[in-house]
Amino acid sequence: MSAISRDDVAHLAKLARISMSDAELDHLAQEMDLILGAVARVQEVAASDVPPTSHPIPVNNVVRQDVVRPSLTPQEALSGAPAQSEDRFKVPQILGEE
Amino acid sequence: MTTTKSSAAEMATALAAGTTTSVELTQLHYDRIAQVDEDVHAFLYLDKEGALEQAAAVDAKRQSGEELGPLAGIPLALKDVLAQKGVPTTCGSKMLEGWRPPYDATVVTRLKEAGVVILGKTNMDEFAMGSSTENSAYGPTHNPWDLTRIPGGSGGGSAAALAAFEAPLAIGTDTGGSIRQPAAVTGTVGVKPTYGGVSRYGLIAFSSSLDQAGPCARTVLDAALLHEVIAGHDERDSTSINAPVPQVVKAAKKLDVKGMKIGVVKELQGEGFQAGVLDRFHDGLDALVSAGAELVEVSCPTFDYALAAYYLIAPSECSSNLARFDSMRYGIRVGDNGERSAEEVMKLTRHKGFGPEVKRRIILGTYALSSGYYDAYYGSAQKVRTLLMRDFANAFAQADVLVSPTAPTTAFKIGEQVDDPLAMYLNDIATIPVNMAGIGGMSLPCGLAQEDGLPVGFQIMSPAMRDDLMYQVGGTLEAALLAKWGAPILDKAPVLAAR
Repeated sequence: MSAISRDDVAHLAKLARISMSDAELDHLAQEMDLILGAVARVQEVAASDVPPTSHPIPVNNVVRQDVVRPSLTPQEALSGAPAQSEDRFKVPQILGEE
Repeated sequence: MTTTKSSAAEMATALAAGTTTSVELTQLHYDRIAQVDEDVHAFLYLDKEGALEQAAAVDAKRQSGEELGPLAGIPLALKDVLAQKGVPTTCGSKMLEGWRPPYDATVVTRLKEAGVVILGKTNMDEFAMGSSTENSAYGPTHNPWDLTRIPGGSGGGSAAALAAFEAPLAIGTDTGGSIRQPAAVTGTVGVKPTYGGVSRYGLIAFSSSLDQAGPCARTVLDAALLHEVIAGHDERDSTSINAPVPQVVKAAKKLDVKGMKIGVVKELQGEGFQAGVLDRFHDGLDALVSAGAELVEVSCPTFDYALAAYYLIAPSECSSNLARFDSMRYGIRVGDNGERSAEEVMKLTRHKGFGPEVKRRIILGTYALSSGYYDAYYGSAQKVRTLLMRDFANAFAQADVLVSPTAPTTAFKIGEQVDDPLAMYLNDIATIPVNMAGIGGMSLPCGLAQEDGLPVGFQIMSPAMRDDLMYQVGGTLEAALLAKWGAPILDKAPVLAAR
């Protein structure tokens, strides 16, 4: 039995905001099944008394002095923008038509 | 005479003695690039104007008697994953085609301050995801040892540039082996410093708890010189370690391993490793024993699960990190016809901008992090990470450094594994544990496999913030093997060395 169906992949693609063709979904569903089958073995050794590690070095909150420092100008910050207007990033409609 | 085959240290001596200039050296390397890069395709972009300008500035400073760092005026190839102000930075992806960063990565700032001349940006697997550089959206890089073979990945461009004598130094980044495995299959040296040893500011993130930039070179000493230029605390990276940089140049020059304990990892040999790889690895072990080191066998039982855990953790972090490519602030934008919503444009852009491997990992990561599966996949992988760190702690209690072959095989043919992601992932089986634990790892050449005459990499792993130990062992091993061979291994590369 497959761990993951084509519909599951379509749902994941929607969550990840990637359009996918039918052929891509079919192919990826097969690959995901194989890959998940291979990586699921982590469960064999992940006993309940083992604490998880998210990061290789223990990091606490790292803060810096709250002082004004030079930073990018608006022109520099916008230099890679696909579209801009009045010193702002110009984006497609977010809320849909009125 | 200084040639493109000279080491960076030799070039530095020639520059200091005034027998060459940085402009001459830089031009010499551009001439070499013009001669071979059509075949190798190590570079995605050459910044000739910027590099020659920088070289001239260093020469002027030297003329005026200003004190300069050890690598001032030496050319370098920069992996295209690092932001360089005003220079196209694509990360091997169509998503960032045409993007010119408005700022420098900290690594780039430090290179510039040290007077290192940045020749251009090198090819890589898209967003550093791959082991062959075949996932680059701009076509593969070819291994200078055999142009029909892969140069490793993701940093195949940086490694190939070194092996083809297009640059004496390069920068790579290593999330699961992307510096060390390319070094192994091209007969060059690559070092992944301790996590947090080199700033990640301006390094386009793939998997933030694993990514680490590091030096690539043709000799251990050159790697050490570059290591000291780029390493050190940076307040712009909250995971940067605020402690003195290990003295790796001094360590690389020690050439002494008497009394050191070398831990041979039992789980990183045997099944899945090519016979010629194991034979050359044992030659390396013999050389270390002859130099006075003691071998101890260590066992790291969880290593068998490291690859599986990595292919949950890295995709999970990647699915989150790559959410920034939303077509709103930089990068390409597809399908914005004034009628589509931002979400629709985002989906079309990510469809077009990302290649198959990146999509595969984003989907895998999205699944591993999704509600209902989180504990079974991502949560379990994080526990494996704890067990891996315990294995390392146990092994380092018995040995000063650990060693293994860097990669299970020599360079394979371009196209050979491209349709089999699981086979491709196995290339990193010996390098991944190092990233998972955040420790240091180095690969240096230990000979040519008898089956195919291709280079084999010897991996040295050192405890966190003891990067000096792997340089000490690496420098000694390199000197011992050079004495045995009589000439550097790259002199035997059939295709390009003769040109």
